[in-house]
Amino acid sequence: MSGGVDSAVAAARAVDAGHDVVGVHLALSRAGGTLRAGSRGCCTIEDAMDARRAADRLGIPFYVWDFSERFRDDVIEDFVAEYSAGRTPNPCMRCNEKIKFAAVLEKALDLGFDAVCTGHYAILREGASGERELHRASDAAKDQSYVLGVLTTEQLAHTLFPLGETPSKALVRAEAEARGLTVANKPDSHDICFIPDGDTRGWLAERVGAERGDILDRSGAVVGSHEGAHAFTVGQRRGLALGVPAADGKPRFVLEVRPVSNTVVVGPKEALATAEIAGQRFTWAGAAPTSADFACHVQIRAHADPVPARAALAEGIVTVTPATPLDGVAPGQTAVLYDGTRVLGQFTIDRTVSAVPVDA
Amino acid sequence: MVVYLDHAATTPLRPEAREAWLVGAAGVGNASSIHGAGQSARRLLEESRERLASALDCDPVEVVFTSGGTESVNLGIAGLYRARRETTGATAIVAPVAEHHATLDTLKWLSAHEVADLEWVGVDRDTTVDLGGWEAAVGSGDAAVATLLAANNEVGTVQPVVAASALCVEAGVPLHVDAVGAFGHVPLSFRALRSASGSRSAGLVALSVAAHKLGGPVGVGALVVAREARVEPLLHGGGQQRGLRAGTQDVPGAAAFAVSAELAVAELTAEATRVGALRDRLEAGLREHIPDMRVSAHTAERLPGHFHAIFPGAQGDSLLLLLDAAGIAVSTGSACQAGVPEPSHVVRAMGLGEDAARSALRLTLGRTTTEGDVDAVISALPAAYERARTAGLSSRQVGAPRLGGAAGS
Repeated sequence: MSGGVDSAVAAARAVDAGHDVVGVHLALSRAGGTLRAGSRGCCTIEDAMDARRAADRLGIPFYVWDFSERFRDDVIEDFVAEYSAGRTPNPCMRCNEKIKFAAVLEKALDLGFDAVCTGHYAILREGASGERELHRASDAAKDQSYVLGVLTTEQLAHTLFPLGETPSKALVRAEAEARGLTVANKPDSHDICFIPDGDTRGWLAERVGAERGDILDRSGAVVGSHEGAHAFTVGQRRGLALGVPAADGKPRFVLEVRPVSNTVVVGPKEALATAEIAGQRFTWAGAAPTSADFACHVQIRAHADPVPARAALAEGIVTVTPATPLDGVAPGQTAVLYDGTRVLGQFTIDRTVSAVPVDA
Repeated sequence: MVVYLDHAATTPLRPEAREAWLVGAAGVGNASSIHGAGQSARRLLEESRERLASALDCDPVEVVFTSGGTESVNLGIAGLYRARRETTGATAIVAPVAEHHATLDTLKWLSAHEVADLEWVGVDRDTTVDLGGWEAAVGSGDAAVATLLAANNEVGTVQPVVAASALCVEAGVPLHVDAVGAFGHVPLSFRALRSASGSRSAGLVALSVAAHKLGGPVGVGALVVAREARVEPLLHGGGQQRGLRAGTQDVPGAAAFAVSAELAVAELTAEATRVGALRDRLEAGLREHIPDMRVSAHTAERLPGHFHAIFPGAQGDSLLLLLDAAGIAVSTGSACQAGVPEPSHVVRAMGLGEDAARSALRLTLGRTTTEGDVDAVISALPAAYERARTAGLSSRQVGAPRLGGAAGS
């Protein structure tokens, strides 16, 4: 229970379904603030109080579990390390993978609980062979199956997502209000929970350091300078201080971040088109695929559209070839593979191949 | 039916205290008003002050009612410090490392904002303050004030207040004693403690107590302040209570506190014997079934109702949750920020490690504790410990996670 409306309603539904429910708020940041400031960030003491009051309202016990050390090690430090290596991390996936459905779930199972229930928008179904399947939520706009794509069969066997089949968020809020939950009108939190003011660039600069470097075009010519390569992500257009305009006058986008040389490569939008992605860290949300080559849909961001593709698994590497080029894929991002609404699995993108070769 | 074993946190309101409160609240009158209604309220207030003074063995004028233990501790320490700094320029404050957060946080604040130099004194494995270190610290020449718990609130160990006070007298340093957890549970005489050391303005001059630790209501406490002590007030307003604690006085609270203190002191010896025997029964029963458990300060003189132990390999918060689910209320002993039990600074101060500091439980027995309560714990705790051990010290990374993980290289 984060103190938000989704987890409060999820808890309420779990209680109504007859489960023996205990509400747990996760203390993930030691430096957490006291009061909420708008919708940025999460997990201030005020949020903990909102979660507590929701638990009170539902008549369930409430505890706070401190996973701040593991969160720092597994999520925050990973986030910094990935940016330092020129990759684009997804800390919410890391948190689901290592904390919410691992450390927290393990503790819960050890203490005698059967499952962790959250307010995520996703649907769990039983497949033909009796195994648990993870599917997209009914409300496409709220679907969070992407960030849950990292969960394995075993983890899915011990989870509950009561909100997945609700047609819209508005209905969840209305239900919260009807149930007398004071968080009914609390804004959704966005941005990264451990960067409450939303200034990722500034936050990283404090930890990674900011060193001036060159911005290059694809031919290697210097076209500008930057104050720290970590501030850039593939596909980015804003924040480029380019002294030299492009020959064709069109806007330029970040194509590549090279932390070793502290350079950023820019080019035209077309160059962002990616013909192939591959990775060697993958999980399956069910049994591993039986054929080495199969059709699927690939989604590379939480709010990106799924694209039809072919996936191949060989020698410990998953390679995905989309039917149409993907737009602006950064190494470090997660690719989630779908079969219709069903999540097949995911991999971390290590390698991308551009659809547009560099001009000589 | 809850088995309540957290009496050190708070203990049930005595029916007599509730009655006294209701009687006090039935009338109308501000004890500072000059008319008859005010005088009536004032009379009940002053009678309560006299009764509490009797229970504390001090003079009524030395009793300053406050809103509770935390305010008393803040007033005693900061009040003495500010007055001493003003007259002598001294800025050092002497305290043991295992004090309650009311003390620690007050000291941190004075250090950050009022140039206090904190002179920390170590404690031993039982949390007993190191008198050698204490002597050196109070004798440094710059000590403005010293402060000491009468008994450690987590582990229960009774502290050498007489010896510490005598050393303060030798050094000419005023002493504040935090007796919030001790008053009503072990014999305490402000007069005897003062005369043992022989000085008027050095050694023990101020003593903090709180009503709800002995069956009175939450929201009222007292600071016993010797006439000779110079204390700067925290609150400014109507100048009540010798100018030491402004504000309309809580007459019903004072009445309830006085009655509770009288009863607690009257039954102290019998209760200490009864509760002490129950605590010993608890300890023996748990030792038998949980050989790995390590009881804290078990050879030291402790408050009669305190039981504190380390449960290696398990987290205190896991044990607390499991026992709570079984209807047994206990504590990890440490302060809570937003509901997260912190690793105990007291356990760290005892020389035990970070892991032990997360693996502690405090059970405190009290007036309403029965043999049945004790037996319920002996019955439930061993199994809870086994489970909690499986969960381990989960807030820290111990090996790779068992669930999930990215397969492949």
